[in-house]
Amino acid sequence: MIKQQFEISAGYKKWTNILLGVGGLALVLGIIFLGMSKEPIEQTRFWAVLLQNSVFFLLVVNASMFFICVTTMAHGGWQMAFRRVPEAISSVVPVFGLLTLIIFIAIVFGHRHDIYHWLDKEHVEHDPILKGKQAFLNPAFFMIWSVVAIGLWSFLGSKMRKLSSQADEQMDQETGRKYIIKNTAWAAAFLVAFGLTVGSTIPWLWLMSIDAHWYSTMYSWYTFASSFVAGMSLVALFVVYLKNRDYLEYVTEEHLHDIGKFMFAFSVFWTYLWYSQFMLIWYANIPEETIYFKPRMQGPYRVIFFLNLILNFAVPFLLLMRRGSKRNYTTIAALAVLIILGHWTDFYQMVMPGTLHEHYSLGWFEFGILALYAGLIMFFVGKGLAKKPLVAEHHPFLKESTIHHT
Amino acid sequence: MALKKFVVGCFEDEKVLFPAVAKVRKAGYKFHDIYTPFPVHGLDKAMGLRDTSIHTAGFLFGMIGTTTAVTFMTWVFTKDWPVNIGGKPNFALPAWIPITFELTVLCAAVGMVLTFCYICQLAPFVKKHTFHPRATDDLFVMVIECGEKTDEQELTTLLNSVGAQEVNTQVAEEGWWIGRYDQEQELYKEPNIA
Repeated sequence: MIKQQFEISAGYKKWTNILLGVGGLALVLGIIFLGMSKEPIEQTRFWAVLLQNSVFFLLVVNASMFFICVTTMAHGGWQMAFRRVPEAISSVVPVFGLLTLIIFIAIVFGHRHDIYHWLDKEHVEHDPILKGKQAFLNPAFFMIWSVVAIGLWSFLGSKMRKLSSQADEQMDQETGRKYIIKNTAWAAAFLVAFGLTVGSTIPWLWLMSIDAHWYSTMYSWYTFASSFVAGMSLVALFVVYLKNRDYLEYVTEEHLHDIGKFMFAFSVFWTYLWYSQFMLIWYANIPEETIYFKPRMQGPYRVIFFLNLILNFAVPFLLLMRRGSKRNYTTIAALAVLIILGHWTDFYQMVMPGTLHEHYSLGWFEFGILALYAGLIMFFVGKGLAKKPLVAEHHPFLKESTIHHT
Repeated sequence: MALKKFVVGCFEDEKVLFPAVAKVRKAGYKFHDIYTPFPVHGLDKAMGLRDTSIHTAGFLFGMIGTTTAVTFMTWVFTKDWPVNIGGKPNFALPAWIPITFELTVLCAAVGMVLTFCYICQLAPFVKKHTFHPRATDDLFVMVIECGEKTDEQELTTLLNSVGAQEVNTQVAEEGWWIGRYDQEQELYKEPNIA
């Protein structure tokens, strides 16, 4: 029996609650033992972990709206069979956006210079480099641009989701044509906003400014690639889950194969950007640039640094290369989990060396917050999936998806 | 070089072709090949062809490229002619990645093209028998190889019944030869239309 309407099963609910419970417990314990601790380093750990997780998961869930808009712009039809899945994932953007903003407010207005040392006004006065960057790196611009970016993603994303609901009703050829044009226009608007935020400024502000003296022109694309490949993996996970529960009747191995291709290709793309950033700095060997890689490659983060490369390049590259593994539900699901964890590690080594230096830890709090965000994703995506039918039955491109063949 | 007997059925539409392929396959005949004017999705599966191994070949060619690049550069820069370049170690792996990558891609790509040409028997001056001139234009040409026990009459009737526009029997050279197409006259007998 194929089901059109997603119903949150007892097992799904149980796991959501377990993850939320574990995460909530970690957060409460974190507030008590780390956030309110007398030790400054423990407080830094608290905020750095919250920053890493909220930024990572916000960019990951936002990546699925990017996927929808890119395929819409390209007039692609193959994704129509499972399009409601990335839609449901992207509906988490306002929630995570709000969480991220709360954390930013606490960091910026709590004057946490241990996270962003450009927040320290006195220090900036005596620092010619930070003084030069003041027009960009100042609390007002940081907060305004963050609000604008998150607002744009939420607004344009909800517009795309609303448009998608129209395809549940019958439409004739003329309305269908207009519908596609409208979709394309809004997708284009989202992509412009996305390019100006995730594609450039937002990673500079949120992540690169942790190491405020250092800069890299590759950084934003590298961060985007990281979040996009993790976002595609998240889509793959939900597609596999729903398919296993007898939903998504039109999704076949062919669609899975294409999702797998995205995971494979963008793992390679991530490596390409990672390497381009690394190699130029390594080759030029200028102290002010190599300072970024010094603690990561030779310092305390050595293990995580190389683990990052293995998890995000070697494993997906070798295991997803075969056609058969991209068409296999089990391999795709396993690799999706691995890739998400891998890029979580990637964000970990972006945030921690600049904030915690050699005092980093990877313990109960880090994994607890990871569980909290996983639980939140399951909770809100489950709700989003249950809100609408899983397939937009009257979308003009649906036929293209049902006969899709690679 | 060996002459073989083939039964050729020509179809005008993909939609007719697919059920025909299924029926001919079910009847147990052996496809020599199906010539189509454009790539037809799913035809390989309908014909029961196995997946191509060209990916595996590509991977192996790529590995040859990687190994060649890394070992050669290691030998040059550490054994044969060590040079101090900007104080970098002689074994400067990050600097070699671009070259290793290029050589991997080059070997994989060229190797796969050559393998493909070899398997398909494609090369300059190499000629193969054309079963129907319209196969490159607008006709789907199904060629079935005749064994010793194949009943041509039965096969012709079958092909006609599944919607073939034109059915004939050809005795032709199976492999390739070097030369010109007029030489084919010697290898090609007039079809004895039943």
